[in-house]
Amino acid sequence: MKKPIGRFIVLVVALALAGLMIYGCPQQEEKKAEAPAPAAPAPEPVEPVKLGVAGAHSGDLASYGIPSVRAAQLVVKQRNAMNGVGGRQIEVLVEDDVCKPEVATNTATKLVTDKAHVVVGHICSGATKSALGIYKESGIIAMSPSATNPALTQSGDYPNFFRTIASDDAQARLQVDFALDKLGLTKLAVLHDKGDYGKGLAEFAKGFLEADSRAEVVLYEGITPGAVDYSAVVQKVKRSEAEAVIFGGYHPEASKIVTQMRKKGMDTIFISDDGVKDVTFIKVAGEFAEGVYATGPVDTSKNPIAMEAIEAHKKEFGEDPGAFYLNAYAATQALLNAIEKSGSTDFDVLKQTLQNEWVATPLGIIKFDERGDAIGVGFAVYQVQGGDFATIEM
Amino acid sequence: MDYFLELFLGGLTRGSIYALIALGYTMVYGIIELINFAHGEIYMIGAFTGLIVISVLTLLGWNTVAIIIIAALVAMVYSAAYGYTIEKIAYKPLRGSQRLSALISAIGMSLFLQNYVLLAQTSNFLPFPNLIPEFGIVKPIEHIVRSTEIVIYIAAALVMVGLTVLIKFTRMGKAMRAVAQDRDMAMLVGVDVNRVISFTFVIGSSIAALGGVLVASHIGQVNYYVGFIAGIKAFVAAVLGGIGSMPGAVLGSLVLGWTESFFTGYISSDYEDVFAFVFLVLILIFRPAGILGRSQTDKV
Repeated sequence: MKKPIGRFIVLVVALALAGLMIYGCPQQEEKKAEAPAPAAPAPEPVEPVKLGVAGAHSGDLASYGIPSVRAAQLVVKQRNAMNGVGGRQIEVLVEDDVCKPEVATNTATKLVTDKAHVVVGHICSGATKSALGIYKESGIIAMSPSATNPALTQSGDYPNFFRTIASDDAQARLQVDFALDKLGLTKLAVLHDKGDYGKGLAEFAKGFLEADSRAEVVLYEGITPGAVDYSAVVQKVKRSEAEAVIFGGYHPEASKIVTQMRKKGMDTIFISDDGVKDVTFIKVAGEFAEGVYATGPVDTSKNPIAMEAIEAHKKEFGEDPGAFYLNAYAATQALLNAIEKSGSTDFDVLKQTLQNEWVATPLGIIKFDERGDAIGVGFAVYQVQGGDFATIEM
Repeated sequence: MDYFLELFLGGLTRGSIYALIALGYTMVYGIIELINFAHGEIYMIGAFTGLIVISVLTLLGWNTVAIIIIAALVAMVYSAAYGYTIEKIAYKPLRGSQRLSALISAIGMSLFLQNYVLLAQTSNFLPFPNLIPEFGIVKPIEHIVRSTEIVIYIAAALVMVGLTVLIKFTRMGKAMRAVAQDRDMAMLVGVDVNRVISFTFVIGSSIAALGGVLVASHIGQVNYYVGFIAGIKAFVAAVLGGIGSMPGAVLGSLVLGWTESFFTGYISSDYEDVFAFVFLVLILIFRPAGILGRSQTDKV
């Protein structure tokens, strides 16, 4: 009899201990968590503002993403030297999305986990779209310097999205107006690279052209990005007798198509977008780049803040800034300004501040409309002349 | 008719480009039944090497024809060294194991080389000068076909003939065929299997490098990712023609090139890849071993 009882007691004690451990552990943790709480209110302002910067920092399109990182770092450095925002220092969290939507969700999750308060990014429209849902759930505002897909603001799906660049339909509108009013063309071919950005732009251009009785779209096609040869599609353009090609896409394909057209002896006018308005395009296409038109953000070289920002970049990195640098500079300034003015990183408060407070940036004095597009930011037409992009007066 | 001819030649260019890569793929597969996914990267490394040599020699002010020939030769030798080393590092230790292991090792090698070039060189697109001179006889038809394209056609044809001769009529070719048929038996009768396999990789890699330099001259740009897409297409072409067969690789490449070109020209380039792959599926349904492939029963 004794032995079973002894075992029984042992069992009960063991279970009780186990129970204690199960119930005990969280209590201890709670205590630990509570302990520093009373002390917290006093040094609260010390908590830094975390600014996420996400975009393509490596890979094919790194030349679009790196300038944003530099812009954010320079603005933050300047701000931190002047007591941060409302006494809080600013910390920059940089995450790479290689411009790929499937990577961007991980990038966004990483920034949310790292407790970013606001995000400058992403760079490419496709990647931005896939990341925005994650920021939205966490109540984080993302401001892109370069994602131009119209649906990002116009669909109303992403109330947490802002941008310091005009949307693609603004750009397509300008391309079509330029082709019809300025160049007086009547037959146009519209090509795109099947990507979110390029196809979106091409569809708008096609829509605007079809709505206008002066011109006719003689060819509308998507090309395969990265192909070794585009002679078939180039021949098709030639056969369509188009006077100009409007191309939606990025510079690697644009330079191949322009080069092949010129080598086949075609002088078809080539009009493209700010994915092509990049020095890499001129470097790669060389002499064949001459005369190519590309729309891009308005020249801000006479804005004193822009001059200062560019000077700071030259001093820090020893070279001219790349694409979207000023847009990213403006985005960082707008976000930090909103945090300072409102004294909060709360989603609703920030959104309202962004919509109501004008802020001086390298792009001019801007604020945001209810959809998240910047008021006071626009596009201009450029042409490659003598190895550089020159502004064309409309 | 002019339009048809233009599309035909465009397809021929694409096909010959695919063929220059597909020949190396198919040769390695024929000998050791390994799909060498790093082959596209060897092609890319060849193009980069060519670009570096061209930049240096242009500074020295050499004759352009001499420069392009020397660049191609240096690229071939350099890439051959890469091919040799890759085989020794990534495939030889796995030779006795399952085929899947070697395949995964090949994919790993491909990613490694891409990222190596990305870090060691640049992620930007670099301009590649076209140094192949415009031949006088091409002048009248210049709007249809350029001399670079003609050089690519000739190179693809020469390489195909050369490889067929090598495999059919030389001592090394005989050893290669023996290793392909039965590696163990070949070893027993005194064939140096390691040497034969290394030789295969060296030849395959140098052809890829030649392709890299020529194609880069044609499209005028290189970056670290060009090998991947070209490699995938060339692989499809090799399967289409019957993997393991030299004329099959060229025929498959040309069929793929023409399919893409005519489909783009007469229907739409939006579904170019869709059509190319539907065509592949159809051929594989009716001829599972590819157009010129011999169906063989598994060795048990």
